[in-house]
Amino acid sequence: MGLGRFIVRRLALSLLVLAGLSVLIFLIARVVPGDPARQALGPRAPEWAVENLRKEMNLDKPLHVQYYLWVKGLLQGDLGKSLLTRRPVVDDIKEFLPATCEIVVFSALVMAIGGILLGVLSASYPNSWFDNLVRVVAYLGIVTPSFVWAVVFVLIFGYIWPILPVVGRLEMGVEAPPVFTGFLLLDSLIFGKYEAFGDALRHLILPSVALALGGMAQAARITRSSLMENMGRDYALAQVAYGIPWRVILTKYLLKPSLIPTVSVMALDIAALFANAFLVELVFNYPGISGYGIRAMLNKDLNAITGVIMVLGVIFTAVNIIVDLVVAYLDPRVRLLGGSQGG
Amino acid sequence: MESGALVEIRDLAVWYRVYGGLLKVLDGVNLTVASGQRVGIVGETGCGKTTTMKAILRILPRNAVLPRGEVMFQGRKVLGMRGRELQELRGQGVAMIFQDPTAALNPVFTVGQQIMEVIKYARAGGGPRERRLMALSALKEAALPDPERIMENYPFQLSGGMRQRVCIAMALATARTLLIADEPTTNLDVTIQDQVLRLMRRLVQEKGTSLILITHSLGVAREMTDLVYVMYAGTMVEVAPTDELFESPLHPYTVGLLRSIPKLTGGGIAEGVPGRIPNYADPPAGCRFAPRCSRAMAICSERKPEFFDTGGVGHRVACWLFAAGGGAVV
Repeated sequence: MGLGRFIVRRLALSLLVLAGLSVLIFLIARVVPGDPARQALGPRAPEWAVENLRKEMNLDKPLHVQYYLWVKGLLQGDLGKSLLTRRPVVDDIKEFLPATCEIVVFSALVMAIGGILLGVLSASYPNSWFDNLVRVVAYLGIVTPSFVWAVVFVLIFGYIWPILPVVGRLEMGVEAPPVFTGFLLLDSLIFGKYEAFGDALRHLILPSVALALGGMAQAARITRSSLMENMGRDYALAQVAYGIPWRVILTKYLLKPSLIPTVSVMALDIAALFANAFLVELVFNYPGISGYGIRAMLNKDLNAITGVIMVLGVIFTAVNIIVDLVVAYLDPRVRLLGGSQGG
Repeated sequence: MESGALVEIRDLAVWYRVYGGLLKVLDGVNLTVASGQRVGIVGETGCGKTTTMKAILRILPRNAVLPRGEVMFQGRKVLGMRGRELQELRGQGVAMIFQDPTAALNPVFTVGQQIMEVIKYARAGGGPRERRLMALSALKEAALPDPERIMENYPFQLSGGMRQRVCIAMALATARTLLIADEPTTNLDVTIQDQVLRLMRRLVQEKGTSLILITHSLGVAREMTDLVYVMYAGTMVEVAPTDELFESPLHPYTVGLLRSIPKLTGGGIAEGVPGRIPNYADPPAGCRFAPRCSRAMAICSERKPEFFDTGGVGHRVACWLFAAGGGAVV
């Protein structure tokens, strides 16, 4: 099976998934009890005002008509107006999504690089003090939710040892670049605001690391165990017998097959980063999409809820396709047979 | 040590540290391979054939202990080798072919990548282009059709027989002094077995490589080797030129082993050797075969027999029955 066909098939499947998601989220948002119009206007608003808002939001029409109108808007890039911010949801997402993406991308990098590195080092010196240390830290990392790390980090770096910023995206007094992509790092590079770039980067460190620790620990454990498993195989022994240095065997011939399970699990972890980002954003007072989404849900802000979830849905499917491509690169059996055949 | 010996193993013991004790697997193995010789090692599964071979290449698992003995390769002590010397031994001296070609090839790298890496560390000289040409010619020598395509194939795209040919090509892509083949055909179809063996015999002959062939098939040993060692439970019990061994086996275990070959001409199920290989955690004190031996004497369970010379040239046997006859020093 060619790579082109592989991608086309995955894209088609993703569209199907997204269509299903749109129906589901649309219905769930409307089935939840409570009148969004009333909630938006408050208990003291007169009945006619509430009625007008309902009309404006098409809430008076039958469900299937509402869905049709919503999808029509969606396809034109219009997600409706937020009841909470009184702005188009698209604008809100444009404002909040890049901030979260920066955290998530950074977290994913920390997770992947840190996890794989620790896994390889552990497997290189099995049952050494280093391996044991990684193991203990990994268990801690897996069982501790990211918001706990976030709180601990704020405590350490905010009070005890203030070397890294613990609030927001930029320090006060640092000149922010004009908003172009919305990604602070990109914008500050584009407009040559290097001070802002450095400052934004420093602000990213703690939230991303707090968010990454769980997945990193997981990745380290999986990388280590699949490396250890593959070390016991004949092909590793054969390569030793052929005089190929252990360093080459480990980092090339054993690492490639061992990364397949790591990458597959990491795909789920990266998706979970968006969910966990909410609490971390809250702790670091970092204005992101996860926080926005939660506020929307608490206030039954219909358009914002569906909008945020659809956008995250698109991101999830994109991440999944990318991960599948990485797995296909690592595992020729997936690439050439269209399915894994174990070991 | 005999001069001119390529491999000389003297009184080698290998134990494995396991939970709750030691498995004393190899108990004083002696083996000599002369340059250009083709030597077979036969014996039941689990008798330590592979462990002995792994000792030659120093690829024993981490839990192995070597309490005594010496392995010499071209007159150099293998067990004391480190760094560069060991790399030379593995990269240029000895190549090993494993029992299961599917397990011996990395599933996520192409055949070409794997062979070229072996050539690279055999220090055969030349750059990537030259390595590629060497790999191609090795595949061609191993009678693989369309080597260009096979270079790009992954192991799972090849049949079992082709995989083993790839392993042979890998082993003999560069000049080697010794080829160790560990039951190279056990996992193959019967029809393929013969082809692969013939290929191996031809290549070894053409290149003048010495061969150690591990097998539990006496038929294969007879066809492929000049000299056969019979191994039982971590010791060599008999050694003789191949024809001599099949015509006049001496050790009761060898005799039983030869009898256990099912004959195509009828006669029903063969007698075999009753009993099993002893428990390595607590092996018999004397001859390890004594508990299964129908001709065991009092001394057999007390003292381990040395190799005794027999009448035949190069025919020696480790059995008390022949201690007096050969007049060997005990």
